[in-house]
Amino acid sequence: MALPPPDPQFVLRGTSAAVHTLHFSCGGQEPDVPILFSGSENGFIHVWNLKTHRVDTALDGHGRRSVYCVETMGGKDRLLSQGRDQRICLWDLAEGRTSVTDSVFTENVGFCRCSLLKVAQGRWLMAMAAKALEEVQVLELPSKTSVCTLKPEVGAKLGMPMCLKLWQLNCGSQPLLLTGYEDGSVVLWNLSTRKALSQLVCHQEPVMSLDFDLETAKGISGSSEKVLSIWSLNEQQNLQVHKTHNLVNAGISDITIRPDKKILATAGWDHRIRIFGWKKLKPLAVLDYHTATVHCVSFSDHKNPSERLLAAGSKDHRISIWSIYTQT
Amino acid sequence: VCFIPGGLDCSISFVSHVLGKVCIHGRQKEILSVLVPRLTDLTKSDCIWQRICWRLVECVPDRWMEAVVLGFVQRAAGADVLSRLLGNLVVKNKKAQFVVTQKMLLLQYCHTTAVLQNLLGYLSLDTLRRALLIKVLQELLETWGSSSAVKHSPPEQQQYISKAILICLSHLKELEIESCRQELLTSMMEGVKCHLDSSLPQIRRLGMIVAESISSKINTDGPVLKFQYEEDDETRELKSLLVPTPPFCVVSSLPDDDRNEKADAALPLVLESNKKSYTAAPVVPDEESDAELDSDDDLIPYDMSEDKELKTKAPLYIRDCIEVLTGSEDVDKWEATVKALESLVRKNPAGTREVSVELAKILLHLEEKTCIEGFVELRQRAQVAVLTTDPVPVAKYLTSQFYSLNYSLRQRMDILDVLVLAAQELSYPKSHGKTKHSGSQKPCIQLLPGSDSSKDWRRIVDERIKSKTRRFATGQSQVEPVSGPNEFNSVAGHFFFPLIQHFDRPLTTFDLLGEDHFVLGRLVHTLATLMYLAVNTMAVTAMGKALLEFVWALRFHTDSYVRQGLLSCISSVLLSVPAERLLEDMTEELLETQSWLGDVMEKDPDGDCRRLALQNLLLMENLKKKLKTVPS
Repeated sequence: MALPPPDPQFVLRGTSAAVHTLHFSCGGQEPDVPILFSGSENGFIHVWNLKTHRVDTALDGHGRRSVYCVETMGGKDRLLSQGRDQRICLWDLAEGRTSVTDSVFTENVGFCRCSLLKVAQGRWLMAMAAKALEEVQVLELPSKTSVCTLKPEVGAKLGMPMCLKLWQLNCGSQPLLLTGYEDGSVVLWNLSTRKALSQLVCHQEPVMSLDFDLETAKGISGSSEKVLSIWSLNEQQNLQVHKTHNLVNAGISDITIRPDKKILATAGWDHRIRIFGWKKLKPLAVLDYHTATVHCVSFSDHKNPSERLLAAGSKDHRISIWSIYTQT
Repeated sequence: VCFIPGGLDCSISFVSHVLGKVCIHGRQKEILSVLVPRLTDLTKSDCIWQRICWRLVECVPDRWMEAVVLGFVQRAAGADVLSRLLGNLVVKNKKAQFVVTQKMLLLQYCHTTAVLQNLLGYLSLDTLRRALLIKVLQELLETWGSSSAVKHSPPEQQQYISKAILICLSHLKELEIESCRQELLTSMMEGVKCHLDSSLPQIRRLGMIVAESISSKINTDGPVLKFQYEEDDETRELKSLLVPTPPFCVVSSLPDDDRNEKADAALPLVLESNKKSYTAAPVVPDEESDAELDSDDDLIPYDMSEDKELKTKAPLYIRDCIEVLTGSEDVDKWEATVKALESLVRKNPAGTREVSVELAKILLHLEEKTCIEGFVELRQRAQVAVLTTDPVPVAKYLTSQFYSLNYSLRQRMDILDVLVLAAQELSYPKSHGKTKHSGSQKPCIQLLPGSDSSKDWRRIVDERIKSKTRRFATGQSQVEPVSGPNEFNSVAGHFFFPLIQHFDRPLTTFDLLGEDHFVLGRLVHTLATLMYLAVNTMAVTAMGKALLEFVWALRFHTDSYVRQGLLSCISSVLLSVPAERLLEDMTEELLETQSWLGDVMEKDPDGDCRRLALQNLLLMENLKKKLKTVPS
C-alpha cells in the first residue's frame, strides 16, 4: 500500500509576487545559516534564512522588473541575478552589504536563464541569450569579456534559445553548451570552434527547461507539451533520444536533477511537482500543494544528506520546501 | 475509295464536295470514321499524302466547311494528327478559323476535354497558328473575366472555358507569356473578383483554380497566388490540364500526392522511439523486484492515484454561466463554460426561461476567445438549446436582430441556421428529437444545401405517400413511435413571419436585394425549410400564402442560388399545405406560379433551377390527380 505523498516541510510566504527562480546556498559551515535566494516578479530578490524561515534581506536591483534567474558564484557572498530589465547584476553580499558591484547589459528581452560554469579559481563562464534572435553569447566573468557568440546556421529556424546549460567533463577540458530552442530542438555547441556538434529534435513545442548529468552523459528536457524527453550523448558527441515519458497534464517550466543524481524534480503548469528516479525515470511522487503554476524547482546543496531539501516557487507567491527521499 | 497520285487537282475538289455534302447531311460519323483513320495512316510519313489531305479540306465549299472541320477535330486522335490532316487551314480559310477559334470554344460547350486538347494543341503546333492561340487565349480570358458571363452562363459552360484556358496556358512558351504578362494579370484580377462574388461554390472554385494557374505561369520566381479549397476529382483533373501532355499519352488525373509527402517528412524522426515510453500510472513496488537490482529500488514511490488531468470546473448554474461569459478574465473557466452550456440549458428549462433573451444575446455576440475545438458548433448548439427551451421571446429577438444594423454576415446567417435547427427539433416527435439531435449535428450548413433539396424531393414525396396510405394489418406490427403534441405548432408563425417582413427594406449596412444576395439566398432556403417543417401546424396555410407572394416578388432575381431557393420554397408549400387548402385559398397564386415554373423550366440558364421547376410541376400534377381520385 503506497503512502500518500508527504506534505511540505514548511512554506515560505512573504514574497507578495510570483516566484520565478530559486537557489540554495547551504554548503557553508556553522555558524553560517543555510540560505535560499528567491527572485520574484516584482523585481525583488529575497534572501531567506532557512533556520528562522524569514526573509533576512530583500535586494532591489532590477528596477521592479521581474527577476528570473539567481545563481551564487562560489558561496553566498557573491550573487548573480538576471532580470527583465535586460541586465545581469553581480552582487556583493559579504558582511551584510547589499550592493551591485557590476552589471552586464544583455539587450535581450527574452526569458532565457543564463548558465554559469566555474572554469578556474575566480573565473567563470556565463552563457546568455544575446541581442539577436537566435544567438547565444558566452562571457567570461568577472572580466565581462566576450568569449564567443554562437549563431545557428542560416535557415536553421531554431527560434529563440529557451534554456542553457554550460558544462565541462572535468576541469581543464573543453567547455560545452547545451541549448534548448523554441522549435523543440536541443543543440550541443563547442565553444572553442563555435560550431554545433549535434542537434536533436526532441519536442514539437519549445523546450522550456533542460538539465544534464555529466556522469552518465544523459540529459532530460521538458516542454509545453505532455512529453518529457531523455536523451544521451554518445562518444562521438552526438545526441540521441534515449526515451520519452508522457505526463498527465501538459507543460513543464523547470527540471532539475539532484546533485547526487538519484532523483529529479519537474515543476509543472498543472500546479504539481513531480519526482522521478533518474536512473530509469520511474515516477516516484506527485507533490500537489500549490494552487497555481509552479515556476521553478531547486535542490539544496547541504553537505549532510539527511538535511537535503527541495524548494519549489510558484505563481501563487509561495515557496514550498520539501524533504523527500533524503535517506539514500 | 482509293486515291491516284497523278491528276490531283480535279479529283480532289470533287471529293471535297462529296465530303462536305455528306457531312452537312449529318453523316459525319459514318464517313469520317472510315476516312480519318485511313488518312492518319497515310499522312504519317508521306508528305504528298499530307498535301493531298490539306487540299482536300481546303476545297470544301464554305457552306459545308463547319461540318467538316467539326468532324475532323472530333475524330482526330491527337493534336499532331489534326495538324497533319488540316495543315494551316485555319489560317487560310476564314470560315474554318471562325469555327475553330470562336464557335467551338466560346459558343459551344458540349465537347470533351480530349477534343479541347486536340484543338488547342493543333493551334500551338505551328508558328503561323500560334498567333491564333494567343488571340484565342485573350478572348477566353475576356469571357472568363466578364461578370455578366459569370452570372448568367451555365456552370458547365464556365467549366469548359476554364478548361480551355488551362490548356492554352500549358501550351504557351516563356516568350509569349512575357509579351502578354500584363494583360494576363489584369484579366486574372478581374476574373477572380467576379468568380469569388458568386454564390455557387463550384464557380468560386473554378475561379480559384484558374487564377492560381495563371499566377503560377506569370510569376515563375516570385510568390504565387494560392487559395484554399477542397481538392476533389474535378480540381485534380483541372490542374492536370496545366501540364502539357506529350502527343501519345492519355490525359490522366494526377492525384495530388505532394502534400501528403511533405507532411510525412516534417514529423520529427525522434517520435518513432515512443514504443519505449510508458505512462505515469501508479507503480506497484512489487513489480520492481523482478527488475535488475539498482539503487532506484531503494526509492519507494508514493501514492500517485490522485494525479489526474487538471480540469477546470464549469459553473453549475445558468446565471453563473452568464457571468463567466460576459465578464470573466479566466480563460480556462470560459472554455469550460462554453463546453458545458448546452447541457446546462437543457437540464434547467425553467431557469433558462428566466434569462433566455439575455443568453441569446450573449451567444449571438460570443467571439472565440481561446482556441477551442468546435467552437462554432458549441455556440450553435447552445443557441439552439436556448431557442427550443423558450421559443417565442427568443425567436422574436433573433428575427428582429436579423434585420438590425451592424451585424456581420456571419451573424445573420447564424441566426438563420439556428432558427432552422430549432424548428427541426421542435417539429419532430419527442423520441425522435432525442436521437436525431446527436445524429444531425454535423456542420449545420448541410441543412440549407444549395441543391440537396432537389434530391430530397423524391424521398419527401415517398414519405408523404407512405404516411397517407392506409395499411391493413400485416402481421406483427412494429412498436408505434411515441407521439406527442407538435411543439412547433404554436411557434411556427413566430419563426417565419418576422423573417419575411422586412426583406425589401434596405439598411445602411445590409441590403438583401442589393449586394447581400448571398444572405438573401440563405434566407430563401431557410424559409423553404421552415415551411417544410411547418407541416401539420395551424399556421401553415397563412405561411404558404405569404411565401408564394414572397416568391412571386423575387422570381426574376439574377442570382441562381436565390432562384433555387425560391423553387425549393414552392416545393415546400406544395408538400406542406394540405391539398384542399391549396386549391381553395391559393388557386390564383398557384396558377401564376405554374406558368412561371413552365417558363423557368424552358429558359433558365441554370440546370438545377430547371430541374427543380420540373419537379415542382410534377408535384402539382400529382396533387391534381390525387384530388381527382379522392371520392368527393
